[in-house]
Amino acid sequence: MRPVDHAEASSHFIEAKAHLEFHDRRLWDLRLKRDRQAHGIPEWEELRNLASAIKEHTLSHLADYLERFEAQAKSNGAQVHWARDAGEHNEIVHDILSAHGAKTLVKSKSMLTEECDMRPYLETRGIKVIETDLGERIQQLDDEPPSHIVVPAVHKLRDDVSQVFARTIGAEPGNNDPHYLAEAMRRNTRPYFLGAEAGMTGANFAIAETGSFVVCTNEGNADLSANVPKLHIASIGIEKIIPKLEHLAVFIRMLSRSALGSPITQYTSHFRAPRPGTELHIVLVDNGRSQRLGMKEFWQSLKCIRCGACMNTCPVYRRSGGLSYGATYSGPIGIIIDPAFDIRKYSNLPYASTLNGSCTNVCPVKINIHDQIYKWRQVMVERNQLPLVKKEMIRIIGKVMSEPQLYRAAISATGLAIERLPRFAIYNWLNPWGKQREVPEPPKQSFRSWYIENRTSR
Amino acid sequence: MTSRDAILAAVRANQPAPAPSLAAVPLFDRPSPSLLKDFQETLVSMGGKFVADVDGKALDALVKSLFPDAAVVCSATPEARGTRVLDGNSDPAALADVDVGIVRAAFGVAETGSVWLSEQELRVNALAYLAQHLIVLLDPKHIVGNLHQAYRDPRFKAARYAVLVTGPSATADIEGVLVHGAQGVRSLTVVMVPIEVSL
Repeated sequence: MRPVDHAEASSHFIEAKAHLEFHDRRLWDLRLKRDRQAHGIPEWEELRNLASAIKEHTLSHLADYLERFEAQAKSNGAQVHWARDAGEHNEIVHDILSAHGAKTLVKSKSMLTEECDMRPYLETRGIKVIETDLGERIQQLDDEPPSHIVVPAVHKLRDDVSQVFARTIGAEPGNNDPHYLAEAMRRNTRPYFLGAEAGMTGANFAIAETGSFVVCTNEGNADLSANVPKLHIASIGIEKIIPKLEHLAVFIRMLSRSALGSPITQYTSHFRAPRPGTELHIVLVDNGRSQRLGMKEFWQSLKCIRCGACMNTCPVYRRSGGLSYGATYSGPIGIIIDPAFDIRKYSNLPYASTLNGSCTNVCPVKINIHDQIYKWRQVMVERNQLPLVKKEMIRIIGKVMSEPQLYRAAISATGLAIERLPRFAIYNWLNPWGKQREVPEPPKQSFRSWYIENRTSR
Repeated sequence: MTSRDAILAAVRANQPAPAPSLAAVPLFDRPSPSLLKDFQETLVSMGGKFVADVDGKALDALVKSLFPDAAVVCSATPEARGTRVLDGNSDPAALADVDVGIVRAAFGVAETGSVWLSEQELRVNALAYLAQHLIVLLDPKHIVGNLHQAYRDPRFKAARYAVLVTGPSATADIEGVLVHGAQGVRSLTVVMVPIEVSL
């Protein structure tokens, strides 16, 4: 399999000027809103420390907490299933649906079901799957994966949505008013909520103490999916466990503030037991998580609460779009999760970063994201996953940097080259740094020659 | 080996060295001159409407003045009459034509402007989502400062379903434009009504 070429995919994203500018601005706006919320809470940094400690404690005792969660959930009347991988997850969900004769499934957004590629699996088996989060539904109807874990269609403009809806749900062609489009989706989805035999949600958190799980949405679509049909299936990654309700407070205070810059999502919903006369099924999914837990350098990525703050702040993500990563998870968090799923396919992703560290600074659970990106680069070199051009460049740079005379000659030659060479010799395909940016003016003098001239004593 | 046992074994084998056990999470209690005012401000910032001090007896008149065109008003609290009796056993989908739902919240949270509802208050959970508009009654004495205090409430452990509702259903998925009434209620009005002490 060819590795995903992030740079090549980004170049298409960048060509669409209006899209690029909106994408960059919208996500930076979310970052600014996040800052305002964080700065409004004096204990913000303490909350980040607490969140990180809670996750590290839980992950290092995960098996015990999983058993406790399971026992509690069962005693609440829920049915608990375990799935080793995506395939088993999809089979379990299909079996539950078949046993209930369910033909239509209304579901809220879940990155886990994206990871498992569940929708096509169910659809080829005759089950109609309706995404009910507006952004996710737009992506479903356009046959595209979500480009962002919180705002799945953020790379689209209103005209794009208008065209998708005109084509798929009979919306008025040419009407691109977001209010009209959201209303069109509301009217289209309502009959599915009322008629579906089954509803599905993911979970943002699962609490061992109570056997309950929490889903955060702004649309209330998870609550409709879970509270109208007689069957509720929840797919939960095993890393979502936290010990107690008092710990939940720490995360709920930070999740939406980090994600969207609002103090809380409109709906923070806690599911503990099925409604009388209905069934609640919980599917606990591993799909590579237990293996990642054993990776000394990378297990901390399992602390992630999927807020997307690292994506919103990342200069590369904002200017390349989520789809260019070619993976379920994009942006900085994607870079450190995806290679654990498929090292060859995602071998280029660790280079989609400037290692500026902004992702690490905004992460509410204090994952050392940019350190991990750097470490993944090392892994790629060790596992011989580097493309030839990059490998050759690194070999030459390494040689030049290790020999002072060679280095000095190269530096003065570079300065001369930028000053004297015609533009086409600098801004061409051999120099990716010359794309979309001007090469900085070379300094008149290198530091070393300045130092030799100016030092007063030996 | 079952998948359950295989997963637990893999997790046990791979768990990092035990991280320290956890101390109790602080309450981060901050004195506020008025929790009610804090609650009101955050609720409004989240798109909710706030109605101060209403006499319980004037409730039906208030509902009429807020939603004069509502044909079906369904109340989960005996304090408001409405036009249709809510049967706790009814099929949730039967609430599809409700214009206005009314429910009393157990408590509110000042930090986030949220109200707490469970199946106890809602009788039919879907009422809070299928209705076009939702009115929530809240006793101004029952407002806690922040989420740390909220999550100490034992009712979280008893409820089958509990939700912190903060403003109406909302989306900004199309170009960041805020739209209320995405899939759930189009508006949320929180009305301050003290609980009447029966004699």
